[in-house]
Amino acid sequence: MKKVRIGSGAGFAGDRIEPALELAERGDIQYLSFECLAERTIALAQQARRKDEDSGFDPLLIDRFNAVLPACHERGIKIITNMGAANPQSAAKTVAAIAKKHGITGLKIAAVHGDDVMDQIVGSDLPLIERKGRVSDLDGKIVSANAYLGVESIVEALRNGADVVITGRVSDPALFAAPLVHEFGWRFDDWHRVGQGVLIGHLLECAAQVTGGYFADPGYKNVANLVRIGFPFADVSEDGSAVISKVDGSGGQVSVRTCKEQLLYEVHDPSSYIQPDVVADFSNVTFTQEGPDRVAVRGGSGRQRTDTLKVTIGYLDSYVGEGQISYAGPGALARGQLALDIVKERLKMTGVATTETRFDLIGVNSVHRGAAVGTGPEPEEVRLRVVCRTETMSEAIKIGNEVESLWLNGPSGGAGAWKSAREVIAAASTLLPRSGIKTHVTYEVV
Amino acid sequence: MKLRELAHARAGDKGNVSNLAIFAYEIGDYAYLAEHVTAERVKAHFADIVGGDVVRYELPNLACLNFVMHEALGGGVTRSLSLDAHGKALSSALLEMEIPDKQSERKTAR
Repeated sequence: MKKVRIGSGAGFAGDRIEPALELAERGDIQYLSFECLAERTIALAQQARRKDEDSGFDPLLIDRFNAVLPACHERGIKIITNMGAANPQSAAKTVAAIAKKHGITGLKIAAVHGDDVMDQIVGSDLPLIERKGRVSDLDGKIVSANAYLGVESIVEALRNGADVVITGRVSDPALFAAPLVHEFGWRFDDWHRVGQGVLIGHLLECAAQVTGGYFADPGYKNVANLVRIGFPFADVSEDGSAVISKVDGSGGQVSVRTCKEQLLYEVHDPSSYIQPDVVADFSNVTFTQEGPDRVAVRGGSGRQRTDTLKVTIGYLDSYVGEGQISYAGPGALARGQLALDIVKERLKMTGVATTETRFDLIGVNSVHRGAAVGTGPEPEEVRLRVVCRTETMSEAIKIGNEVESLWLNGPSGGAGAWKSAREVIAAASTLLPRSGIKTHVTYEVV
Repeated sequence: MKLRELAHARAGDKGNVSNLAIFAYEIGDYAYLAEHVTAERVKAHFADIVGGDVVRYELPNLACLNFVMHEALGGGVTRSLSLDAHGKALSSALLEMEIPDKQSERKTAR
């Protein structure tokens, strides 16, 4: 039976680079997919593009392609990525320039367009999903709107002989499911197989999260050599069955446990995981350890896809001001608490206009709040953190200043004060009818 | 005993929704977990973090329970004021939950 091996080169925009090169050089893979686009990243990329029309793609694209393109070209490995972010065209041109620099010829680079649906969104009255309100509530604040595309345009590019496919917003699993649909000639409405393809993509999309990263818990879940953790690949057969594994000699682990944890990552109802290509059903998935770092995955399925595509809207939400300072040694907790009380009172006294506030003692209650109250001794050091949402930058700046002024005015031994104020680009979501979203693919040939 | 002795966990985020999946180390402990780790208990455990409903999905074939916690992430990763804007540490917080002692022996190193 025909088999395809697909590697995962990145699980997020800031991910490590050398495990992808390891896959390209020693993984015997045919495809290398990089997932590098998050909700906030796309809005920031849109803003960057507005300032400079040649920018707006992933800042690490150049480093990643410099690292892996020669090795992939030499072995005929095709690369698929959403590093195009807000500007797939410019990203494709940049990859062409990188290819030329390395003396590579005969490379076809595809750019997928059409996820930018700003024109359809602005001025509409569509309901927001996952929260109350309508798109019109965000009038004047919207900076980006991008629909999650599925596998179709990537498959079109591969059928047209692309060696590199660069997209903007697509669903993360589509980066991995598309080469399966292409290689095996699955129909787009073969819901069962596409569901299994999405399952495989979901297991691979976060890279090291299925090879033991974000998993290790010494004494309970031991993982060897996290320093050199390998990124995963999947050997997929025509019927959709697959084995998840990693390069021999790399660190980490692929086990039934790592696969189970990744299966449910960011999934709500496992029987109804809504994706652009299919409503995937993970409820009958099984994992079998077939050997060291080899796990077989079966049982993914799916139903007919929905008539709408999810759109991520980036909008100017608010401003956030923050200040931090540390207290250590005897009485650290009492001094930290006193400092916190002072800042809280002074923000009130000076009339700083906030819409949301948070007063944390890092080392005490900043992460778990009341959910995991420890019984340990008093901490040796605490770090105070005050963070507030405001409607203007000038108010946001006052938060950090109030914390910083504890240097001279607060309890004894305040150390390492730090402050920041920033604009918040937040994300909201809506649904658009699929029929209104037109995609197309352009090519650069080196 | 702590839930940590019987299960491992993973947190995920989507918008203002956090999902916490717990997995029995031993398949035979699934029923015990299903009995004692209910949606109500999880909601109470996270009383000062979760503002909305907690829904539990069951996957007996994987010995796993998935808890979907609404209004749990301070508006979501793009606007949360929390130090842990993704809620990634919530999985560890859930493993701190006290459940009735199970008599069977547990290995500490797995």
